[in-house]
Amino acid sequence: MKIAVASGKGGTGKTTIAVNLAAAFDQAVQLLDCDVEEPNVHLFLKRDNIAERIVTMPIPEVDETRCTGCGECGCFCEFNAIVSVGSKPLVFPEMCHGCGGCQKICPEQALRETPVRIGTTKTSTSRHITLTEGNLDVGLAMAPPVIKAVKAQVQNELPAILDAPPGTSCPVIAAIRDVDYVIMVTEPTPFGLHDLALAVDMVNTLGIPFGVVVNRAGSGDHRVHEFCHNRNISLILEIPDDRRIAEAYSRGELIVDALPEYKPLFARLKTGINTLVHGVHR
Amino acid sequence: MKIAFTTSGDNLTAALDSRFGRASKFLIYDLEQNTHMVIDNNQNRNAAQGAGIQSAETVARFGVDALVTGHCGPKAFRTLKAAGIKIYNSSAGTISDALEMYRSGKLTEANSADVDSHWT
Repeated sequence: MKIAVASGKGGTGKTTIAVNLAAAFDQAVQLLDCDVEEPNVHLFLKRDNIAERIVTMPIPEVDETRCTGCGECGCFCEFNAIVSVGSKPLVFPEMCHGCGGCQKICPEQALRETPVRIGTTKTSTSRHITLTEGNLDVGLAMAPPVIKAVKAQVQNELPAILDAPPGTSCPVIAAIRDVDYVIMVTEPTPFGLHDLALAVDMVNTLGIPFGVVVNRAGSGDHRVHEFCHNRNISLILEIPDDRRIAEAYSRGELIVDALPEYKPLFARLKTGINTLVHGVHR
Repeated sequence: MKIAFTTSGDNLTAALDSRFGRASKFLIYDLEQNTHMVIDNNQNRNAAQGAGIQSAETVARFGVDALVTGHCGPKAFRTLKAAGIKIYNSSAGTISDALEMYRSGKLTEANSADVDSHWT
């Protein structure tokens, strides 16, 4: 079972939900921080046995003795990562998506792929949680390959919770595309609603079942509730706007530890999703 | 010899576009024939990324020897250089002003990109 925690708007509480949901499990669970541009799950867990791996991407390299400057590679590349202007091709590594197409299409076998470092993954343990976090190197823009490297470490026999990046662009798609269920976190504000609507369109396009969690309930208006009602979207949890939650968060504490009265909320979320996912599978 | 100018217009009185990669059109002027043609660049203008590289490929395909534009980023610069195209940055208001400055030798060839990449 793979569950992604996503949101349209940033800062709605994805990490809070993901980490507290993981803590609510009474069995071994995997937690994957797929927000590789700014992973922050680790701030809430005391990590042991940290193992780091380097993530690389295959970038083409031109063998100038073989290249005839035919330009096939440049015509093929959708991202302008390799171009030939009546010359030997120029490679722009920062544009490359690592698909390997240029190498396959080259009639002279003049291209070779060289692995280039783009980030790291770190796997660690914290009580019953195995955390894998991705970290894209500073200055780079290509998050999806690092997200895929994080997801490649999922052990299918254990439940996995994925903390997705915000928004609705490629990194989010890379994080959520093969999950069983998406928890969509929002806040009851006009911004929250606007970006929730975009994110709902995204998961509907991908055909993934989802439900909405309203964080800081009571702080804004009722339009998120009306939206969910009108679209027949299940509202699976509301977390009240409680200053003590923000204070615990700012100290890097889990809600379920700092404020035990909220523990049943996350336990119910866990049970509810379990039922939904298995219902979906039937 | 052919020179490319960046523009959003269709003739020599049109304004010189300060952008290269995302210019809407290129006006290509033939110095020997004193004629010009206009190429549409809308496809690159709306590219998510790599517009400068693609635009450089476009002007190279039309066999230009020089480019006069407002600004040129590092990836476009590298591609234009590989194609053997000389780059001149100009703040001239119109294409005809820029052409006049080129003819009278008032434009100096750029030896590096003059703006940063939009991406990294």
